[in-house]
Amino acid sequence: MNQMTEIALENAITSAARPLDAKMRGRDVNVFYGAKQALFDVNLDIGERQVTALIGPSGCGKSTFLRCLNRMNDTIDIARIDGSITLDGQDIYDPKIDVVELRARVGMVFQKPNPFPKSIFENVAYGPKIHGLASNKTDLEEIVVTSLKKASLYEEVKDRLHEPGTGLSGGQQQRLCIARAIAVSPEVILMDEPCSALDPIATAKIEELIDELRANFTIVIVTHSMQQAARVSQRTAFFHLGVLVEEGATEQIFTAPSDKRTQDYVTGRFG
Amino acid sequence: MAGQHIVASFDEELGQIDRLIRDMGDLGQAMVLGATQSLLDNDVPLAQRVISDDVVMDARQRELDERAIALIAKRQPMAQDLRAVVGAIRMASDLERIGDLAKNISKRVSAVGSGAMQRKLSHSIDTMSQLVRAQLAGVIDNYVGRNPQALVTLRADDENIDVQYTAVFRELLTYMMEDPRNITACTHLLFCAKNLERIGDHATNIAENAYYVMVGQQLPLHRPKLDETSISARPA
Repeated sequence: MNQMTEIALENAITSAARPLDAKMRGRDVNVFYGAKQALFDVNLDIGERQVTALIGPSGCGKSTFLRCLNRMNDTIDIARIDGSITLDGQDIYDPKIDVVELRARVGMVFQKPNPFPKSIFENVAYGPKIHGLASNKTDLEEIVVTSLKKASLYEEVKDRLHEPGTGLSGGQQQRLCIARAIAVSPEVILMDEPCSALDPIATAKIEELIDELRANFTIVIVTHSMQQAARVSQRTAFFHLGVLVEEGATEQIFTAPSDKRTQDYVTGRFG
Repeated sequence: MAGQHIVASFDEELGQIDRLIRDMGDLGQAMVLGATQSLLDNDVPLAQRVISDDVVMDARQRELDERAIALIAKRQPMAQDLRAVVGAIRMASDLERIGDLAKNISKRVSAVGSGAMQRKLSHSIDTMSQLVRAQLAGVIDNYVGRNPQALVTLRADDENIDVQYTAVFRELLTYMMEDPRNITACTHLLFCAKNLERIGDHATNIAENAYYVMVGQQLPLHRPKLDETSISARPA
């Protein structure tokens, strides 16, 4: 192999794992819950159309950081954040920002599937309706079907779209929640341990789905499963005690991390 | 291996794999020494011992493979643990090949016989064997002692073995040209020298793997060459 080929090959291998254009940027992010500081000077870029995994032991601040990305922490009275977080260069904590619109651009999927107590169709149609994304019934139906297809759920539910969403299996409910998040055409999807309540088969389906979704969406996933982070993400950030210890290409983090704390965590030397 | 796992049995399993590599390394060195000694002294019982040691080597490699596969399945190792397990599988495979090559040398002992030929050549073969054994011992010691920098130097030293092999090759050619009756013994000795040279290459592979296990980075693909003679392509 000549040197040029080697360089080309190396570029091809690493390009997938490089931080592409940052969709979101966190700069010097500090978060306090009352007097307790939960995050310390976090600087992290979220690459566009990549999956970024946030890992770390419980209480390390990874979910806190995730919740900062669509201002979910606003719902907690004692939470205070300083530093800046931008979406396409725009500060999302700017007072002029419409939080409802922000959450449509930065959607969220939670740990426990939480479909509305409505039909499968209504679960997906709700967001587009309130955001005025469909001008008529046909448009709305199209959005629902497309979203269900993108969430790899349509084939399983197409004959019972008007049955309750809560009647689906856990894995199907989680894909319904993903379809609901996709329906408002978000740019970023945040996932907080989306598979922790699912069996291995349902988990595999969600992981496959995440891999497909990254062609169109920027995804940030918090997971306790190191193997899951290794499988689905291109970039991984390791948090410990509120500090972002190390961020890098996922392969690097799981095969040869540079920080001792990351090494100890990913190899199961402390929890 | 720095730090202990939360699950103590994980450490034990990694320790068992590491011990098997050391055992195979020790056995490999003993086999190369025995093979050379049996060749130089025309010691057929010693050659037989080396041949039977290869069975032990093969069994250890199988045991290591099984333990490594089971560990991957059970623990899903990450970072240095993953490198240690995958590196061990690869090192074991090189050590197993070293065993095969030593066995092959021993199998030729009776065919070479105890004529004047191997007495003439004993010095060159012995020198080559010493280089190979030093190389192998250095690689195993520095893996056990976790000394990656020394492995970089050792890897470059393989070149000396190649140079010595070229010298042995030329010497054998001379004897064969001198008297065609030497051809049979010389051909066997040539294979023995080639086997020693290949053992050196496997030691180099082990050095590269051991370096990756410890440091997490691959050594550059190419190492500098002193001996550019392509003797296999243009022997004369």
